[in-house]
Amino acid sequence: MTDVLLETRGLHVRFAARRGAVARAVDGVDLAIVRGEVLALVGESGCGKTTLARTILGLERPAAGEVRFEGEPIRYDASYLRRYRGRVQMVFQDPMGALNPRQTVYEAVAEGLRIQKRGDDEAERVAHALSRAGLRPPERFFELYPYELSGGQRQRVVIAGAMVLEPSLLVADEPVSSLDASVRGEILQLMLSLVREAGVTILVVTHDLGLAWNIADRIAVMYLGRIVEEGPAEELLSSPRHPYTRALLSVVPEVEEMEQVILRGEAPDPTRIPAGCRFHERCPLVDSGEAARLGIEERCRGEDLALAPVGGLDAHSVACHAVSR
Amino acid sequence: MTALAWGRRKRALAQTWAEYRRDREGMTGLLVLGGFVAVALLAPLLADDAQLSAVNTTGNEVWAPPGEHPPLGTDSLGRPIYDQLVYGSQVSLLVGIAATLIAIVIGTVVGVSAGFFGGWVDAVLNRLSEWFLVIPFIPLAIVLAAILGPSLRNIIFVIGVTSWPVTARLIRAQVLTIKQRLYVERSRALGASSLHVMGRHVLPNVAPLVIANATLTVPVAILSETVLSFLGLSDPLRVSWGSMLEDAFSAGALGREAWWWYLPPGLCVIAVVLAFTLVGRALEAILDPRLRAGRAG
Repeated sequence: MTDVLLETRGLHVRFAARRGAVARAVDGVDLAIVRGEVLALVGESGCGKTTLARTILGLERPAAGEVRFEGEPIRYDASYLRRYRGRVQMVFQDPMGALNPRQTVYEAVAEGLRIQKRGDDEAERVAHALSRAGLRPPERFFELYPYELSGGQRQRVVIAGAMVLEPSLLVADEPVSSLDASVRGEILQLMLSLVREAGVTILVVTHDLGLAWNIADRIAVMYLGRIVEEGPAEELLSSPRHPYTRALLSVVPEVEEMEQVILRGEAPDPTRIPAGCRFHERCPLVDSGEAARLGIEERCRGEDLALAPVGGLDAHSVACHAVSR
Repeated sequence: MTALAWGRRKRALAQTWAEYRRDREGMTGLLVLGGFVAVALLAPLLADDAQLSAVNTTGNEVWAPPGEHPPLGTDSLGRPIYDQLVYGSQVSLLVGIAATLIAIVIGTVVGVSAGFFGGWVDAVLNRLSEWFLVIPFIPLAIVLAAILGPSLRNIIFVIGVTSWPVTARLIRAQVLTIKQRLYVERSRALGASSLHVMGRHVLPNVAPLVIANATLTVPVAILSETVLSFLGLSDPLRVSWGSMLEDAFSAGALGREAWWWYLPPGLCVIAVVLAFTLVGRALEAILDPRLRAGRAG
């Protein structure tokens, strides 16, 4: 039996858009994060992955469905949320923006401890978190302000600020996409060492399948508010089943044997999610007439579908008419 | 609060002062301001308040230029300008600072609440500040003077109560942008309550604006006091730089070219206003780390 740490069930998050339209940013997501794993949530910008991450933290409230932590649905009263956020922490995309320019490194890292009222031996814990995040010797960084740090150092401070609370789950939203290529590897290495040493579970949100490849145990691919394919990283990357996953994978530079599939246009507006399979408007199978040849084009255009296990393996599932035909 | 935090705070304060001392304009402003504050506090030692009443100055020559009645001459009733000027500094500084305090406290509370809580709180507070914004302060001062009698307290109240909406709007706008910053989101993700976010992130980041705004409000309040005194709406028993200008004007000092009467209070108003502005700008540059980074680089 797998030990599920956090799970979303039928999660929907909606935003009011202009002229009364409703954006369905997260549109029915069932996702389970197993204790001790690194799960990568991959998708294009605007597919709802950041909204999903924020909803998991309780920063956004779902319109329907629930987030369950250790088997219990999370509540939205202030005292529950405070305790919950002591256990589930977040790392942000832009480390410059995530640090208050008027706070020193020490204050930024100690903030979580003060909020969570874990005040005793504060200085020691801050020093420990900083050195574990690779800022050594920690005392040298205590009095510095964010503008005195490099991008990589700032992200280390944000990570230290999250890890000082010793969370069970760390949600990392594009943790390296705003950093120089040269420091990306170091930050990823740091996150992996956290998994090994502190036993923390990580949900990493990214648009970069290559990055997911490097660090994830499992990958979930999100398109327009829903997970369209999910499975163990190795399996999913070696035999991607959903045409969207194939397209994403074909443009990763490290993948040479695949013919590049360039998708037309951008993902549609989440206020107008197409009927049927939400990907059919951009799907290369529909485009090339392959779907018609398989006799499923009608279903692609008219019939919505959920994730289904691939070939009896329940670890790998996909939402595509061509696969589950 | 731990000893470590206190130690760091003390060092931060010492560092701020060390940096302030390096700012020439700021130090000039501070010295000028310090001079005026000292004069206001030591007025009873520096000047003779008996000389402020024409009853006691019948022995003096009237319209005496500085040369004939050192150090600054006399006015049309024989009262020495010097004594009036010294005692006038008390009123000008008191009104300037007290009215600014009222305006800044109300303005900050209203601005931060409106920006931070949004929704109906924002709507109500916005209507309220609009309402105060359109009250013209001179008619209000006249009405209050008519009901309560002209007094210093009224002047402070009128200036304070009509100046806060500008501060409130400025601060509300700043709070709205701070609320969207990622570090506020990070703080919430760490489990912070609204109170924590407000105290630790919003207030420290609007503080430079509050200080800058205060240094701009003090001179405006001093000028307003001058205007209200000039119109005879201030306490008739207390000398201020504004009431000196009024006396000079109505006695025809301009026509007689009695520059020693109207020039000193005018120059004092300008000097105090300038000093506040210099101090405020220097403080702002030091308290905002981003400006500090710009200066260092």
